[in-house]
Amino acid sequence: MKIRHALRALAGIMRREMLRFVGQHGRLAAAIVRPLVWLGIFAVGFRSVLGLSIIPPYQTYILYEVYIVPGLAGMMLLFHGMQSSLSMVYDREMGSMRVLLTAPLPRWWLLGARILANTLTVLPIVYLFLLLARFWEVRPPGMGYVAALPALTLAGLMLGAFGLALSSLIRQLENFAGVMNFVIFPMFFASTALYPLWRLEEVSPVVAGLAWMNPFSHAVELIRFALYLRLESVALVVCSLASIAFFVLALWGYDPGRGFWARRTAD
Amino acid sequence: MNALAIENLSHGLGKRKALSDVSLSIGPGSFTVLLGPNGAGKTTLVSLVTGLYNAQHGEIRIFGHSIRRDPMPALASLGVVFEMPTLDLDLTVDENLAYHASLHGLSRHEARKWASTELERLDVAGRRSDKVRSLSGGQRRRVEIARALLHRPRFLIVDEATAGLDVAGRRRLLNHVRSLCVEGLSVLWATHMLDEIEPADQLVVLHQGSVRWNGEARALASDNTLEAAFLQLTGPKG
Repeated sequence: MKIRHALRALAGIMRREMLRFVGQHGRLAAAIVRPLVWLGIFAVGFRSVLGLSIIPPYQTYILYEVYIVPGLAGMMLLFHGMQSSLSMVYDREMGSMRVLLTAPLPRWWLLGARILANTLTVLPIVYLFLLLARFWEVRPPGMGYVAALPALTLAGLMLGAFGLALSSLIRQLENFAGVMNFVIFPMFFASTALYPLWRLEEVSPVVAGLAWMNPFSHAVELIRFALYLRLESVALVVCSLASIAFFVLALWGYDPGRGFWARRTAD
Repeated sequence: MNALAIENLSHGLGKRKALSDVSLSIGPGSFTVLLGPNGAGKTTLVSLVTGLYNAQHGEIRIFGHSIRRDPMPALASLGVVFEMPTLDLDLTVDENLAYHASLHGLSRHEARKWASTELERLDVAGRRSDKVRSLSGGQRRRVEIARALLHRPRFLIVDEATAGLDVAGRRRLLNHVRSLCVEGLSVLWATHMLDEIEPADQLVVLHQGSVRWNGEARALASDNTLEAAFLQLTGPKG
């Protein structure tokens, strides 16, 4: 693999993903409106969820809005990752996946580039949300926005790899609704995005256990701690390992000798 | 060296045997027609040759490079027009071509230069800033041919590209691709349309996953019309 060729392909894949994302006005608007609706409406109704306690990384009592902003940033990445997964299935059904996979570059590079491109595409929207959240008095330290960048990127890569792995397992576009119901919603609701772990433990130790094992919880905590200039090392390790595991699973799914492609009915 | 060499290729999809002991070769500058009824295994063969998935048995070489063991140089010398349209409808013609060029490692300068050349030859240069969605079926197919030629491949595979086109559109596309062989390009043209074949073409007839005829088209039709000979090969007794 020639480095220059590989980088040109990466740039081309990134450009395509950005053009497609910006061109889909509805998706773009939904990406920013969805978390604002949660913040502006849902959070008002659930203000009492936190009760009276100080939860790290916060050093004082906080409003519920402050608590859920990192979770909503995670939600943006989760939904974007799943949308990308959906578009991979669509690309495969429509055939444009073939254009990508017949490029003279290793498949791991092509798929990795696609995940990276997807993640970098959504980051400006996540930052726009974080800035708009300041109107709700959610104001992390200025350097927190800088520190959150690697956390958001890693979380995005992990969720992108998860989406890619899912896309390799989904045979038809029609099955995607099932994935939404059985994978994405449980992943989002059984996590620390909307309520802290200690609150879950009080009500249901089982759900709390699931939330603790859920990689999405760790993605949210990584973002939350980074925004307040702290490193959550367990979350970092979990997110890194989960990224690798999901990516390996995706490579298996797209391997020409195994997984989806080998089972594919072509005619 | 042969553009394509396939030896004893067999592949099953589930319980169904899609290809059975297929062997064929395509010389440089040759226009070879892969003819077969729907479901004969043409698209499976194209998927295996392009490395989308690996064959269970047999060997495929493109200019001497095994598609399984040495796929990068094999794919670099290959241009493909798939049966399904594969352009991004919401991107412009130029953006689609630039994406393909980047996947093949072309610089922006090279990409622009070759895109202009190919689009002009195919008479779609006037639409290069338009979204693909606004193009007619024939124009989209011509853009796909231009895209497949952008990285200067030496071997072009065209899989049922004329499906859905009117007579004039089909003729135009076919004539253009034939003219490329004069410049040294090898072409594998997969189709189920008998009227796309000329007597001097190399012809491979595929039926139920196995090769039923391999040779010049005129030799197959020497005693009869091509249609009658084809029906005999692919009929119930064929």
